[in-house]
Amino acid sequence: MVDEGEVRRVAGLADIRIPDDELAAFTASFNRILEYFDILDTVGEGTVAEREIHTVLREDEPCPSLPREAILENAPAGEDGFVRAPRVM
Amino acid sequence: MEGPYNAYITRRQICGAGDGPLAGRTVAVKDNISTAGCETTCGSRILAGYIPPYDAHAVALVRASGAEINGKTNMDEFGMGTTTENSAFGPTLNPRGEGRVPGGSSGGSAAAVAGGLADLALGTDTGGSIRCPAAFCGIVGLKPTYGRVSRYGLVAYANSLETIGPMGRTVADVSALLRVIARPDPRDTTMRGRPYEHDPVREIEGRRIGVPAEFFGEGVDPRVATTVRAAIDRLASLGAEIVPVSMPSMRYALAAYYVTCTSEASSNLARYDGVRYGPGGQTARPWHDAFTDVRSAGFGPEVRRRIVLGTFALSAGYYGKYYGKAQAARAGVAADFARLFGEVDLLAGPTMPTVAFRLGELADPLSMYLADILTVPANLAGVPAISVPCGTVDGLPVGLQLMGRPFDDEGVVDVAAAYEGAAA
Repeated sequence: MVDEGEVRRVAGLADIRIPDDELAAFTASFNRILEYFDILDTVGEGTVAEREIHTVLREDEPCPSLPREAILENAPAGEDGFVRAPRVM
Repeated sequence: MEGPYNAYITRRQICGAGDGPLAGRTVAVKDNISTAGCETTCGSRILAGYIPPYDAHAVALVRASGAEINGKTNMDEFGMGTTTENSAFGPTLNPRGEGRVPGGSSGGSAAAVAGGLADLALGTDTGGSIRCPAAFCGIVGLKPTYGRVSRYGLVAYANSLETIGPMGRTVADVSALLRVIARPDPRDTTMRGRPYEHDPVREIEGRRIGVPAEFFGEGVDPRVATTVRAAIDRLASLGAEIVPVSMPSMRYALAAYYVTCTSEASSNLARYDGVRYGPGGQTARPWHDAFTDVRSAGFGPEVRRRIVLGTFALSAGYYGKYYGKAQAARAGVAADFARLFGEVDLLAGPTMPTVAFRLGELADPLSMYLADILTVPANLAGVPAISVPCGTVDGLPVGLQLMGRPFDDEGVVDVAAAYEGAAA
């Protein structure tokens, strides 16, 4: 069982705000789902089989990309060819 | 609402008809697959106004196939749902049942095909999102083997589980669309370079088909079970050998699936911060506040729930209990499939435990998750799986699910085609 404070803390890690009037219901459904996940406790330790699929990295060489303007067209705020982001300091 | 079933989010010609294998056919594309120059929302407010500067590989191939792409279809937000009710653009309706959901999350694609608005459609399947709506709407839907169709340009939700796949009114149509989209693409590093060149063959004499008891267990509507067993009997009458088998990992497959997909979602959806696309935040606010404003307003309730669940499952102190265990469980599911495919060529069972739900019927999130129990195993193991219509219960369509060995999409298509031919 996790309490409302813990749910709110974890949501905060993901930059998600849960409004006060939704917190009790959100926490209740969260706990019902976690309770269902408890079935995983019955899985033996076992070893996780290595998957046949491996990450393939290309050579680190410059290659054509999308034009800068095409990317910036979707940005809500831009300036001098850059996207504008919220302040971090 | 766009059209009679709210099947489309954007309904307009994205490319005109040309020459090629799909000349004269119309194709609808799920709205989480990038279309250059055409808004791609994933059914979410957080991508409102987003216009991809490039095509998904599958879309570029469909454009080159001579087909007309006639719009972008409605879906559960980011693919998170089993009914298409979790869309910021309102629910899609099932053309085959008044007041019923079309299934999800590719419900718009299924409704477009079932309702005659498109000949074919692209869907995506992370835990059943092609097969469930195919079953509920009475059409054919194929989740290809993981690594057979490029995910380049598919907006990511749970990378290790999801794939793009074809939907249509017949097995031949689905096979023809798979031929177009299953082409090697170096931009998806999980591609295995196994193009699909097949045409359905209806000969299944001697094929061994396993029927896992767990696919007819608790929660499966007995009338759905009876309908699907009759379909399996028909496969036997066509010369297939039916073998009762067991898949014990079904006990924990659904939990393994939901821990894995929410964990991957929490990472993938971290990119939505209002800086590069979608509605922007207040750049004068401190960044966590600005991002929290954008994300809390832009994501719907189910997406918020899955992001928080995944963040929790990956967080310090809980990782071993949830994510670590889920991966061991996932390996158990893959091992079950590998063992069974040593004994039989395919596995058969119902696609969904029930027929289409009423709109609003699955209000509780956990009961919606439980509806995915029969479709998630194929995603966990990466094997191909098709849903083909096999009758009705109370006038609503039922789907027969056939699962095959990895990269035996051809075998799955052949058995589905044989069933379809015999049932017609």
